[in-house]
Amino acid sequence: MGSLRKMSFDAVIVGGGGSGMRAALQLAQSGYKTAVITKVFPTRSHTVSAQGGITCAIASDDPNDKWEWHMYDTIKGSDYIGDQEAIEYMCQTGPEAIFELEHMGLPFSRTEEGRIYQRPFGGQSKDFGAGGQAARTCAAADRTGHALLHTLYQGNLKNKTVFLNEWFAVDIVKNADGAVVGVVAIDIESGETVFVESKATVFATGGAGRIYASTTNAHICTGDGVGMALRAGFPVQDIEMWQFHPTGIHGAGTLVTEGCRGEGGYLINKDGERFMERYAPNAKDLAGRDVVARSMVLEILEGRGCGPDGDHVYLKLDHLGEEMLNAKLPGILELSRTFAHADPVKEPIPVVPTCHYMMGGIPTNVDGQALTIDREGKDTVIEGFYACGEAACVSVHGANRLGGNSLLDLVVFGRASGIFIEKQLSAGITLKEATEEDIQRAMVGLNKINQSSGGENAAVLRAELQTIMQNYFGVFRRGDYMKTGIEKLDKLRLRVENVYLDDKSNAFNTARLEALELQNLFETAYATAISAEGRTESRGAHAREDFQERDDENWLCHSVYFPESKKIGKRPVNFTLKTREPFEPQIRTY
Amino acid sequence: MLNVSIYRYNPEVDAEPFMQDFEFDTQGKDLMVLDVLEKLKIQDPSLVFRRSCREGVCGSDGVNISGKNGLACITPLSECVRGDKLVIRPLPGLPVIRDLVIDMSQFYAQYEKIQPYMINNSPPPAIERLQSPEERKKLDGLYECILCACCSTACPSFWWNPEKFIGPSGLLQAYRFLADSRDTATEERLANLDDPFSVFRCHGIMNCVQVCPKGLNPTKAIGHIRNMLIRNAA
Repeated sequence: MGSLRKMSFDAVIVGGGGSGMRAALQLAQSGYKTAVITKVFPTRSHTVSAQGGITCAIASDDPNDKWEWHMYDTIKGSDYIGDQEAIEYMCQTGPEAIFELEHMGLPFSRTEEGRIYQRPFGGQSKDFGAGGQAARTCAAADRTGHALLHTLYQGNLKNKTVFLNEWFAVDIVKNADGAVVGVVAIDIESGETVFVESKATVFATGGAGRIYASTTNAHICTGDGVGMALRAGFPVQDIEMWQFHPTGIHGAGTLVTEGCRGEGGYLINKDGERFMERYAPNAKDLAGRDVVARSMVLEILEGRGCGPDGDHVYLKLDHLGEEMLNAKLPGILELSRTFAHADPVKEPIPVVPTCHYMMGGIPTNVDGQALTIDREGKDTVIEGFYACGEAACVSVHGANRLGGNSLLDLVVFGRASGIFIEKQLSAGITLKEATEEDIQRAMVGLNKINQSSGGENAAVLRAELQTIMQNYFGVFRRGDYMKTGIEKLDKLRLRVENVYLDDKSNAFNTARLEALELQNLFETAYATAISAEGRTESRGAHAREDFQERDDENWLCHSVYFPESKKIGKRPVNFTLKTREPFEPQIRTY
Repeated sequence: MLNVSIYRYNPEVDAEPFMQDFEFDTQGKDLMVLDVLEKLKIQDPSLVFRRSCREGVCGSDGVNISGKNGLACITPLSECVRGDKLVIRPLPGLPVIRDLVIDMSQFYAQYEKIQPYMINNSPPPAIERLQSPEERKKLDGLYECILCACCSTACPSFWWNPEKFIGPSGLLQAYRFLADSRDTATEERLANLDDPFSVFRCHGIMNCVQVCPKGLNPTKAIGHIRNMLIRNAA
């Protein structure tokens, strides 16, 4: 193997979605040589699909709104394993980050006063839960993710960020000290493999919803960052925590925003009953997503589902009127007509809980520095390595993310990572240079695929993986089922490692990428399975039939999955707030 | 059985592009064109196309479907199959990298030329810049562009002058910033467009309007820019 061409940067961001472009913007603005490696042109990233909005206490809808109330909601929503320090930082810094986006040109919808329009979303309250429903989600119609992603791309163009568009990061390069010094990446168009060296490597690689058969996530959400981190020997945190969004379109999986319920829509069963009134008498359809998703599944299991197979429920919007739907939810009208063949102006949308968001990920501190745990159980910073957005677990979502908090997370922590790296770079970063051997270690997986002479097709193995995850690690989980699932995954592992690449050509070879993505999906799925089986309680999105109660005595903590031992450990949740006494765990009702 | 004819070209293997026919069993379902491509890729992993969101918002999978540009993910077979035949080609007018994947550099270069970002050098307020709902409404039909290039690659003027004519997509975005009450660079933006090619090569053919998968109207936006330029010159 000859040596690879090398490119060097002050900072390299892997991922061109919201968090990656926010981090890149920060660094490019301060003049550091910054590159974004992105496997799709940036505006094709999955952030583009976010619909309903970005939750933040900017006090537009309610001039007396307080970020502390948003903090309370987020901690409660997380079922108390969100890190309070990180949640405090996000909710307090949020308004500044939102106003920056607006100044950059984000076309938010507006109120009569000319301020940013905010709509109600699930799990939102005033006065620490005592003041009723809040309307805190800042929206650009129902295309907020699109508006945000394009605005960030535009900001980066203005600041001359270097984009390595349609480049695919293969694996992490570690130096002799175990620090991260860059990645090996493929220029997809030419097929050339390059060592991209950097003083700071930021993983903003997004989620991995494609580990499930039914997901709202784009085809590209394959857990590349999590896969690379695990192969480099780094742990992931709370990876058993997967959010199933209540309203994915039945059959297609495409998302229908929670904003529909925020604007007054509601769910009905086959009898036309607004069933959420039974499960969450106060918040009803705007309870936490985990609560609503479980209630829907129970309705279906108890025979009150809709359609010929009784396998979904309906989201009713027609009572809101055509004019309002056109103004507030135009994208939903399009999606429903296209994918459900239902016109929401006249008839309800068939919906079902669908895999939507990875609450877990690469553990980081508030500055985006990736962490591992040493032998004494202490947090240790991984030199040179950072993560933000869905790929990271900072952790602001804990066991259940509130709607509208993912966009806030990616803006606030993309920005925070950028600010911290700026400081580090100006203070001077010296990392040992990677040796040829270090670089070749990151080429092992790719070389194996390139030299494969037999084995199975990536698409077939991927479908098998997705079916296992869907069947054994879904909305409701049970120990014996999960053990069966893990056995199946154990058998699948070798077949995935020996995936066959028939087409060895260089130019825009997407079969090669799919083989690499499959391995990332598998690592993410396996970590999910082990962590889910290991957490013997029910909390947030993790609902076990065999352990139905939340167990604060044993599990008021993060799970941490270690790839080498394939076992999980525990890490304490942060309960320190700078501005007030911490929020103690309460029984979570809506 | 559906006959699917797909444009194939792998620069490392093929001396020239060719059309390859596949037989495809839809099992009576009205699938999206992207579903068909995904299933054919399982049969033949060397088939190459771009895709991401599969719901019409990311703009990756613009292709020419039975003669008309559109997004594969939101084009149902019932809209594009004629007599059991479906023909899929890359978007026309730009270089092909491989199969259905085109080199979009010229398209993106035209987008970058119009300074696609907010310009307002006055110090920002502590909160957002205020904008009335009426002012904001002017951006509807403009900001939703997904940069899929269906319009520009359907435009004969863009085919002729891809390096000089901004094209419908870029001009739609140019107007998106001209129309924004928060942007203060109107004069600079208009000066930047004031030459015989950037805007005035639009001959109102309106292919762009016909193919836009988001139902946007670049021709109308171009009309507004023309009026602004003419008013400015008077």
